[in-house]
Amino acid sequence: MLMPKPDEAVLAKRGEIIAALREIVPGEGVIAEEDEMRVYESDGLSAYRQMPMIVVLPETTEQVAEILRYCHAEEVKVVPRGAGTSLSGGALPLADAVLLGLGKFNRILDVDFENRAVVTQPGVTNLGITHAVQDQGFYYAPDPSSQIACSIGGNIAENSGGVHCLKYGLTTNNVLGIEFVTIEGEVIRIGGKHLDAEGYDLLGLMTGSEGLLGVVTEVTVRILRKPATARALLVGFASSEAAGTCVAEIIGAGVIPGGMEMMDNPAINAAEDFVGTGYPRDAAALLIVELDGPEVEVDYLIGRVREIAEANGATSLRVSESEDERNAFWAGRKSAFPAVGRISPDYMCMDGTIPRKMLPEILRRMSSLSEKHGLRVANVFHAGDGNLHPLILFDANQPGELETAEAFGGDILKACVELGGVLTGEHGVGIEKRDLMGEMFTEVDLDQQQRVKCAFDAKGLLNPGKVFPKLHRCAELGRMVVHQGKMPFPDIPRF
Amino acid sequence: MASTFQPTDDSQVLDAVTWALAEVAPLEIVGRGSKRGLGRNFQADHSLDLSGLSGINFYEPEELILSAKPATPMAEIEAALAERGQMLAFEPMDMRPILGMGAGEGSIGGVFACNLSGPRRVKSGAARDHLLGFNAVSGRAEAFKSGGRVVKNVTGYDLSKLITGSHGTLAVMTELTFKVLPAPEKTYTVLVSGLDGAAATRAMAAAMNSAHEVAGAAFLPAALAGRSDVSYVQGAGSSITALRLEGFGPSVEQRCRELREELAEFGALEELHSHNSIRFWTEIRDATCLTAPADRLIWRLSVPPTAGHQVLATLSESLGAKGFLDWSGGLVWLSLPPSGDAAHEPVRASIAPHGGHATLVRASADTRASVPVFQPQPAPLAALSARVKDSFDPKRILNPGRMVAGS
Ligand SMILES: Cc1cc2nc3c(=O)[nH]c(=O)nc-3n(C[C@H](O)[C@H](O)[C@H](O)COP(=O)(O)OP(=O)(O)OC[C@H]3O[C@@H](n4cnc5c(N)ncnc54)[C@H](O)[C@@H]3O)c2cc1C
Repeated sequence: MLMPKPDEAVLAKRGEIIAALREIVPGEGVIAEEDEMRVYESDGLSAYRQMPMIVVLPETTEQVAEILRYCHAEEVKVVPRGAGTSLSGGALPLADAVLLGLGKFNRILDVDFENRAVVTQPGVTNLGITHAVQDQGFYYAPDPSSQIACSIGGNIAENSGGVHCLKYGLTTNNVLGIEFVTIEGEVIRIGGKHLDAEGYDLLGLMTGSEGLLGVVTEVTVRILRKPATARALLVGFASSEAAGTCVAEIIGAGVIPGGMEMMDNPAINAAEDFVGTGYPRDAAALLIVELDGPEVEVDYLIGRVREIAEANGATSLRVSESEDERNAFWAGRKSAFPAVGRISPDYMCMDGTIPRKMLPEILRRMSSLSEKHGLRVANVFHAGDGNLHPLILFDANQPGELETAEAFGGDILKACVELGGVLTGEHGVGIEKRDLMGEMFTEVDLDQQQRVKCAFDAKGLLNPGKVFPKLHRCAELGRMVVHQGKMPFPDIPRF
Repeated sequence: MASTFQPTDDSQVLDAVTWALAEVAPLEIVGRGSKRGLGRNFQADHSLDLSGLSGINFYEPEELILSAKPATPMAEIEAALAERGQMLAFEPMDMRPILGMGAGEGSIGGVFACNLSGPRRVKSGAARDHLLGFNAVSGRAEAFKSGGRVVKNVTGYDLSKLITGSHGTLAVMTELTFKVLPAPEKTYTVLVSGLDGAAATRAMAAAMNSAHEVAGAAFLPAALAGRSDVSYVQGAGSSITALRLEGFGPSVEQRCRELREELAEFGALEELHSHNSIRFWTEIRDATCLTAPADRLIWRLSVPPTAGHQVLATLSESLGAKGFLDWSGGLVWLSLPPSGDAAHEPVRASIAPHGGHATLVRASADTRASVPVFQPQPAPLAALSARVKDSFDPKRILNPGRMVAGS
């Protein structure tokens, strides 16, 4: 993966930059020792490593603003970082950049049950928000599997999802407002405890912008009352086609489950070896369908889903009768990654999305790609919304296997796009999928996105080298070729 | 010479914008015209009438998506959805009762361009939460796309959010793909009568904070309740606080029983079922109780839910405002006596302590030319928004001045 060439002039004045940052953030907030910086050298995409030039850990919005103002004036690049769990390399440092960590922004500022909102600093973990409100029966809905570790600021930057997003939406659907600082050091607030920011929806734009547009320093999210009850079905199928049709028919019947997950045979067996909660080892595909809501509704919908599953030839079917049993159904799915980690020295987690109806087709293509590349693949999906997580098994110690795994992953994502889907459903583009962007977008599409970036960061200093395969200068992007007036158009009806 | 272009396909839209760019000739972008009176009044010599770009491209009920051309009439989309028991969950309002029945019917492009969402906003999100992808022509006369046809998608910036609510000032949408959802089997409404605004707000918060999945929470003061076409509401002779429950039959019945028990302490309770319930929420959605008299100004304010009743009380006293609350108290609809400046200063001052924004929805063209129709923004945010506009439309040829004077 080619990263922008480090700026020698910036590297040469590292000492000066350290001193300036120490003026802004006193004490231990500036880290410049190699040993101490090592924990920051990669994020969740650990195949890529790079030591940052300097790490700075501010504690206040004013400090963030001063840091950015300084870096902007001195043309120093900045990489924002939350908890460093990104799976796409979004928080990967650059050799000539300041890594701006938000770990010290770890306080919840306001819990407001009457307005169903929580105001928090961005370094608070996703689960930390739920912990702050659960004694009153509330929770924060988006639930990435990394929720004990990942920060809400990182969730905003990645527009993270989770199992319950099928019914309750992604991060973007659950954020009410943010405060962020531009690279010029300007503090901007959008939204709040009211709904719908007015003017252009910069809140929606910032969500999922992967740290390229601004540094988020405060977040307001909406909280929800916990559903009265939840029950799950565990259904085995003899073919992935049957499971795929079952998923489509559940949705087609007007049922939106709280979660609907699917695993293929290799994933089922890896999970069963690992936690052994009674998954059917011979099933080609396994569905976990969770219904949540008022008790009568859940009981009623369990009946409907059971009918649909049976009509589609379910080979095994269990309904949870207790919380313990429901949790046991989930245990295998939740440990799918570590379970696969046990059967292979290394694995790579992909994240494409396809239209639901293409599930059987993408599985067919994956198994032939698996043969072509000579590597195994295990699959877990958020089946309800067509978001795939193929886990490619490989051994990084074998020469060439990492490259083969990457090529295999690239082929899967290209297939997703071909089938009407997209490159990434929730993990972000980062550096991992950066060079595949052209599979989905034309040059014109990408240029327009980069022009939006220019509106926020004309010098291209915030998190460069991520998301966009080609970096253009803003002046170049702003240029226009005007085709002189062809008026009047013979073909357009005019009045 | 003013002209109206009526393209019939995407490439003709591109041609028209290419010409406008070369001539630096601002265009007014028109779908079916029902919301032409919404937003600042601005001058454009030419208009781009999209009515030739109409029709559903594809509808896949089991994928919960629909794709349509921008001027597809809402009636056509709603009929197609109804046939398969589905709906647009954000419940877009029909602006005709308020802006005048003479205007054309609403189009899907207009609904997204204005980010119009109705009472179910509190549960199911806004229009902006439902647009999955679009094709458009920017003010640089370039055809581009963003997003896709799947819900889970973080590939590149979420320009679907940005284009929604941009009132045609960034790009001309030529195709929209959006999420649809199953329509509820049953709809009940629990009514509490006789509450004042503060008590109604507490009752709505209690309901929203329950596990009963309330899909609408509104408060009508007595005078406005009398204007309802739903006979029980009309004859109530007191204020009405309404809470909507919808979903599968047995579930709605049980939640309705439980919610009534929990709200019993607030006041006398009543229920509306299917037909009346649907009619009541259509009235709330379209703010029909504020339609007449036609010369009164109409404002729409979004504030934190607990603040709405205070704003309503303040403005009723100081300006003779009439109004009601939706979104569990967070949406304030106001009708004010006519005035040249639309009382924009006191209206905006009333929300300042709480946070939020105020939009002038109905006023004369002159007033809409001189008074900020949308909430003025702090300077850094306004400057950033202007740069975003420039990134799509540097020569300001698309609906210039519709949102902000001079851009
Ligand atoms: C085991 C595991 C399971 C996972 N499961 C899921 C899952 O189910 N669903 C899912 O969506 N993701 C999942 N992830 C991915 C990851 O947890 C999310 O992307 C998460 O939101 C990243 O948060 P973070 O705080 O770790 O951000 P980081 O990794 O630190 O940063 C991610 C990006 O956000 C930017 N950023 C961080 N904070 C800020 C800020 N305050 N302002 C501006 N930019 C900022 C960074 O520059 C970077 O581009 C998983 C990761 C792991 C390791």
